[in-house]
Amino acid sequence: MAEAQNNPATIPLGSTTAGSVAVAAESTVATRMSAPPSYDVADFPVPHGREEEWRFTPLARLKGLHDGSAAAGGPDLKVDISAPEGVTHELVDRTDPRVGKAGKPVDRIAAQAYSAFEKASVVSVPKETVLAEPIRIRVHGEGGTAFGHQVIELGAFAEAVVVIDHTGSGVLAANVDYLLGDGAKLTVVSVQDWDDDAVHCGQHNALIGRDASFKSVVVTFGGDLVRLHPRIDYAGPGGEAELYGLYFTEAGQHQEHRLFVDHDTPNCRSHVTYKGALQGQDAHAVWIGDVLIQAAATGTDTYELNRNLVLTDGARVDSVPNLEIETGEIVGAGHASATGRFDDEQLFYLMARGIPADEARRLVVRGFFAELVQQIGLPDVEERLMSKVEAELEAAAA
Amino acid sequence: MATLEIHDLHVSVEAENGPREILKGVDLTVKQGETHAIMGPNGSGKSTLAYSLAGHPKYTITGGTVTLDGEDVLEMSVDERARAGVFLAMQYPVEVPGVSVSNFLRTSATAIRGEAPKLRTWVKEVKEAMERLQMDPAFAERNVNEGFSGGEKKRHEILQLELLKPKIAILDETDSGLDVDALRIVSEGVNRVRETGQVGTLLITHYTRILRYIKPDHVHVFANGKIAESGGPELADKLEAEGYEAYVKGGTSA
Repeated sequence: MAEAQNNPATIPLGSTTAGSVAVAAESTVATRMSAPPSYDVADFPVPHGREEEWRFTPLARLKGLHDGSAAAGGPDLKVDISAPEGVTHELVDRTDPRVGKAGKPVDRIAAQAYSAFEKASVVSVPKETVLAEPIRIRVHGEGGTAFGHQVIELGAFAEAVVVIDHTGSGVLAANVDYLLGDGAKLTVVSVQDWDDDAVHCGQHNALIGRDASFKSVVVTFGGDLVRLHPRIDYAGPGGEAELYGLYFTEAGQHQEHRLFVDHDTPNCRSHVTYKGALQGQDAHAVWIGDVLIQAAATGTDTYELNRNLVLTDGARVDSVPNLEIETGEIVGAGHASATGRFDDEQLFYLMARGIPADEARRLVVRGFFAELVQQIGLPDVEERLMSKVEAELEAAAA
Repeated sequence: MATLEIHDLHVSVEAENGPREILKGVDLTVKQGETHAIMGPNGSGKSTLAYSLAGHPKYTITGGTVTLDGEDVLEMSVDERARAGVFLAMQYPVEVPGVSVSNFLRTSATAIRGEAPKLRTWVKEVKEAMERLQMDPAFAERNVNEGFSGGEKKRHEILQLELLKPKIAILDETDSGLDVDALRIVSEGVNRVRETGQVGTLLITHYTRILRYIKPDHVHVFANGKIAESGGPELADKLEAEGYEAYVKGGTSA
């Protein structure tokens, strides 16, 4: 595996055997954006594709989400929410103070979603409520175009697991806000298991209260184009974010995950691990990992890792970790990005032990993802993800 | 009785200035129960022979035949050769990140045996085989060859040999890089498999040291891409005393 690793501040050049890894020589997270964050879509110019935040994305496949030509319509997107007792669910206007509180839209599509949704959905777990069962949100498209906004709010010391499933077909721009009260614990599993023609863009903002912990598992398997912005902000010291991601990008798919962790508060922790496997012609995965440690954020501990496994020719990876540090008084900061190829020697070794080529490839991919899945620490979720990986591998082989 | 027959085998590799012939007409017959040592200087083509028999894609067969009990080995894919009973213990076993030894062994045994081994007997089988090779049980949970020392890699190869029970075992410089203790443990493993009488062994080595532990029936000197001389165990003694010089000179003048 070609590996770029550093700790903490010097930025290495990545390399790869297939696809490509680019590591920015320098970055200023704020100035790389073509417009400052805003709730209003009009504040963002229509992207032309050469902007830093758009340069990897095939704009023509966005079905007009980026230029205002996409309008809500067609068969309704079905959103089904089931929650244990004690959880409230309401539909509110964008004037509700909870809507958009976790972060402003950072690109034109997120702002478009914010400007275009009719009602925001708010799921609240009252303070000190510990849920025994997960909250399940099923989003199913039937070919229409939709804009949405989801808020998930945990009161102080509440604990919850939320599983969001995306299936079917359609065009969706939707943002999700996670609001964690002090000491709250939230685990979110968001699965993008779309049909092959779906387009899904969204910004996922988490605002983490004092001593709260947020764990997210983002799983992207399907879709023609999926582009997500998981973002972390800390509302008080002692917050913790663990961000896991897993993607399996197949021929013709574009799957893009753009993470940003804003350490602006002392003594917070963030740990990012995203792993992806790619297979097939024009499979394209993009991973951007921006971490900013502001001057006030002393005692920060952060590490981010992205690994990619390229299984066949014709696939491409762009992996760009950026770490920007404005204070030296931190516990640790590092990042690593590696893109490896399932190489002929590995294949030969496994085949020389009687294992057929397809099975050998599955064995390696399963192992590659199992390493990540085992870190999640939730047996239900782990089991579900591994069977999902299994199913994906079966489908890929067929 | 299983027999591997190699007849007039010619093998080339792709080099910068076109294909280069490495094996120049190898003839060798290995029967189940026999042990053949193939000895030779560096660059004589010993490892090429090993990898060609296993079907490594880097090597192109340009002539000759290889059969196992009359079946054309050269027509088989790499995994088919393994399932037919050809095993190659590699000189440089490959790391396979993310795949645990236990998972790998079970997948391999399932492929070779044609059905998944029963879990209970399998666990015991692996545990006992590992004990015999003095391998820490924690080994099973490590990723295949990842971070293994040289000795660990070779023990892991011999563990597979014991579990997969091939008809023909090709051991490519299994002795290289081993200290005396590791060499003894690995050799004992090979001998356990040999003593079953079920395997024909092709022991490829540069040094005579391993032959003190694994007694060959036949010794062949490999030079310049073919077998230069064949004999009994006494030939190894001669090589021990005189080295390969005579064969290397013969090779360069040929």
